[in-house]
Amino acid sequence: MRDNGKIYLGLTIFLILITFPIWYNLATGKAGYAPELEKAVKGEDCVRDSAYMSANHMDLLNEWRDQVVRDGERFELLSNGTTVERSLSNTCLDCHANKDKFCDRCHGFLGVDPYCWDCHVIPGDHTP
Amino acid sequence: MSIDRRRFIHLSGLAALGLAGGTPSKLVAQELGVAAERKAPLVGRRWAMVIDIRKCMAAEDCTDCIKACHLTHNVPDFGNPKDEIKWIWKGGFEHAFEEQDHQFIQESLKHLPTPVLCNHCDNPPCVRVCPTQATWKRDSDGIVMMDWHRCIGCRYCIVACPYGSRSFNWRDPRPFIDEIQEDFPTRSRGVVEKCTFCSEKLARGELPSCVTACKENAMIFGDLEDPNSEIRKLLSERFTIRRRPGLGTQPEVYYIV
Repeated sequence: MRDNGKIYLGLTIFLILITFPIWYNLATGKAGYAPELEKAVKGEDCVRDSAYMSANHMDLLNEWRDQVVRDGERFELLSNGTTVERSLSNTCLDCHANKDKFCDRCHGFLGVDPYCWDCHVIPGDHTP
Repeated sequence: MSIDRRRFIHLSGLAALGLAGGTPSKLVAQELGVAAERKAPLVGRRWAMVIDIRKCMAAEDCTDCIKACHLTHNVPDFGNPKDEIKWIWKGGFEHAFEEQDHQFIQESLKHLPTPVLCNHCDNPPCVRVCPTQATWKRDSDGIVMMDWHRCIGCRYCIVACPYGSRSFNWRDPRPFIDEIQEDFPTRSRGVVEKCTFCSEKLARGELPSCVTACKENAMIFGDLEDPNSEIRKLLSERFTIRRRPGLGTQPEVYYIV
């Protein structure tokens, strides 16, 4: 047990190194980073509340997809009394007009790559 | 306008609110306002089409229906027949109606360009072979639909369809679409596509693109289950033929020759 000191020193250095990204992020204030999304250009309310939308928009979009394509139910009466078309290109992007600063910022940060845009057209941007 | 259960409950709830309030509530007013500015969808129980080839041939070299359809639905033009995507096109009469063809066929019919499209069969073989139900016949109105989200590109349906109504996207179609319509999706590489009788336009209360584009009024679209419809009148008064009826697919596009 003559090398206790060296062993503990080594372990400490190892721990510091392996947790370095955490320290670094805490020190530079980047730990709480979340991408900043652009506000909707129009419309007071979203089709659901913001908390639900940020967590579950993909489920809602899948639900809408099935309702429109499979059941032909193209319109939805919202709880605030307005009727919206269940459409990604025509309803969602109508208010969230800038896909780059809304969809892509978060998707890019999280590394998800949904294939919605392979077919659905981004208004004003027709590049493949 | 047909009302499904969900919408009926919504509306009756709103109406009850309005009654309870004594005056029509703002909610009801808003809902009615939106409903008024939106056209009621066209609802039928069995959509079908009659094409009057005589009227069509009167306008020689006219491709208005094809242009309108392909523009509305973002159909690409690859410029070569191998990759060709088509929803509606013109084929020679003797190809469209093989069983009518013979050595001495009437000169005027011989190479007559005949508009052909998906027949929206009552007994669609494409639906039977689709392993993912990406194509299915709608119970409500008989349209043979496509769900491009579900299509896995196996192309069984292309083999099954006796009319060649289905096309496969061998390549990414986006760069080959001249003028992209933003209210309709494009397709991606590896899916099959075909005519859907403009189901999206019917939902907006409009007739199919090809029907409205035809200057000769050679295409008549209507509901076979409605005995007073124009299409039923035509079918009962005129002699009509269908493509390859012997196969038992019960095609729902009829031709006046």
